Amino acid sequence: MDALKLNILELLKEDARRSADLIATMLGTAEAEVARAISEMEADKVIVKYATVVNWSKVDDEKVTALIEVQITPERGHGFDAIAERIYLYPEVKSVYLMSGAYDLLVEIEGSSLKQVASFVSNKLSPIDRVLSTKTNFILKKYKQDGIIFEDQEDDHRMLVSP
Amino acid sequence: MIKDEITIQQNKVKSMQDYLAPAVREMKPSGIRKFFDLVSNSKEDIISLGVGEPDFSTPWHVREAAVHSLERGRTKYTPNSGIPELREAIADYLHTSFKVKYEPSNEVLVTVGGSEAIDLALRALITPGDEILIPEPCYISYSPITSISGGVAVGIETFAKDQFKLTEKALRDAITPRSKILILCYPSNPTGGIMTYEDWLPIAKVIEENDLIVISDEIYAELTYGQKHVSFAAIPGMKDRTILVSGFSKAFAMTGWRMGYACGHQELISAMTKIHQYTVMCAPVMGQVAAHEALTNGLEEKDRMIESYNQRRRLIVKGFRDIGLECHEPQGAFYAFPSIVATGLTSEEFAQRLLFESKVAAVPGDVFGLGGEGFLRCSYAYSVSQLNEALERIGNFMRKL
Ligand SMILES: Cc1ncc(COP(=O)(O)O)c(C=O)c1O
Repeated sequence: MDALKLNILELLKEDARRSADLIATMLGTAEAEVARAISEMEADKVIVKYATVVNWSKVDDEKVTALIEVQITPERGHGFDAIAERIYLYPEVKSVYLMSGAYDLLVEIEGSSLKQVASFVSNKLSPIDRVLSTKTNFILKKYKQDGIIFEDQEDDHRMLVSP
Repeated sequence: MIKDEITIQQNKVKSMQDYLAPAVREMKPSGIRKFFDLVSNSKEDIISLGVGEPDFSTPWHVREAAVHSLERGRTKYTPNSGIPELREAIADYLHTSFKVKYEPSNEVLVTVGGSEAIDLALRALITPGDEILIPEPCYISYSPITSISGGVAVGIETFAKDQFKLTEKALRDAITPRSKILILCYPSNPTGGIMTYEDWLPIAKVIEENDLIVISDEIYAELTYGQKHVSFAAIPGMKDRTILVSGFSKAFAMTGWRMGYACGHQELISAMTKIHQYTVMCAPVMGQVAAHEALTNGLEEKDRMIESYNQRRRLIVKGFRDIGLECHEPQGAFYAFPSIVATGLTSEEFAQRLLFESKVAAVPGDVFGLGGEGFLRCSYAYSVSQLNEALERIGNFMRKL
């Protein structure tokens, strides 16, 4: 990928609401070029979505997240893909990764309560044919997500004026 | 009895000022300090563009290296001129980055910030009455430190039309038989001006002809945005006449560690080391460990920070021009220096009114010496959203003038 696109991605990762105009100024290029690069990346699904990172622990309506280690027997002809698809189609499932190591899939589930997540695991996930075992790990506190640290970052302690 | 009391009282009345060294007594408080007091006394929510300091924290691996070394109990004095591995890293770095070669064992001195290095150089060189030439607008410390050492500071005005470069003619015109030292600071605080190889050549000729010594403060050397920095010491014939001063504060976001260095002819460095040994003994060991880590493993992080300054530089320069403030393009450091002459206000009036009426702090250009009047120093070491907010407030302020 060309350097311009990489730079644009980094600036949008920091703040998805930056305008093409602002990005063009910061990178010293034309606005039209930035706008074109962004549309291209949207069309190519390089930019998949502009999302908001929410610190749910600050919201009354707290969410429960679990990471579930899943062991499966791969399916002839489809490997792990078919089962992964069966799993990721559930709306409760936020992400699914194929892993190396002691288990096969890592499934991230978000629910409104411990009970809801547990019931999803026992009623939906475990009964899937080729699922051999699951191990549910609840996330107790998020310190950092997607490169963003959740604790209030250090304030600017610099003097207001200095040499 | 009564007479005695009167004498005692009179003794008490004698002013403390009378004890002070004349050079200190006559020293004016810095204009920045004055502005700082104004800002601190204001209770409001001020957006500042006034800080000459990176907004990044020191990269974590650098902090971690210092913590690790503390845990292992590395807390003692070091050799006066600095731990050998740091001096070697500095010499290697200057060689690869700026093509100047120093011998780590006797041509490199690790100091407490670039500040100490400048002070040592002046103290080691000045005989009272010597004239010290200082292109201005410039960093606020040069002239007062010169006076403390008994030198006479002679400003050389530089101009926006020359992108604040020092010209051969201006330098020649300022030289007298008492001229001894020229202090250079490029990339420049406050103007962001830089000097190219071609700019340096005629200056070097004048220096040779007039047998001057140069203190070249290159603390912003890494922060250039178009062309690479050219060290004055790298100009043919200049290395032995130059004390290169630099440090870790700016490019490595390490202001609080107080780490700097001076490099030069071994006899100059040895003279400076004598003073350094009697005044501070050595730079703090934690800072030296951190600086070593920064130079050996921190170059990528440094480049990342510089790229970020560059993006913000473009943003602020365009912002000023859109508002209608003329602004030469700063090529180095992290300051923009827009002209406010068109408003009819003095720098100080503009800065004060901007502060009180629109809650933006920026430093009036006149505090940086000759040629600074009519300008405003605005640091862009701030987040994009802070810069945008400040620019919006300045724009509104301008419309109300
Ligand atoms: C031009 C210049 N030289 C030297 C210094 C002092 O740097 P240090 O933190 O290394 O003492 C500064 C700091 O603002 C500066 O702007």
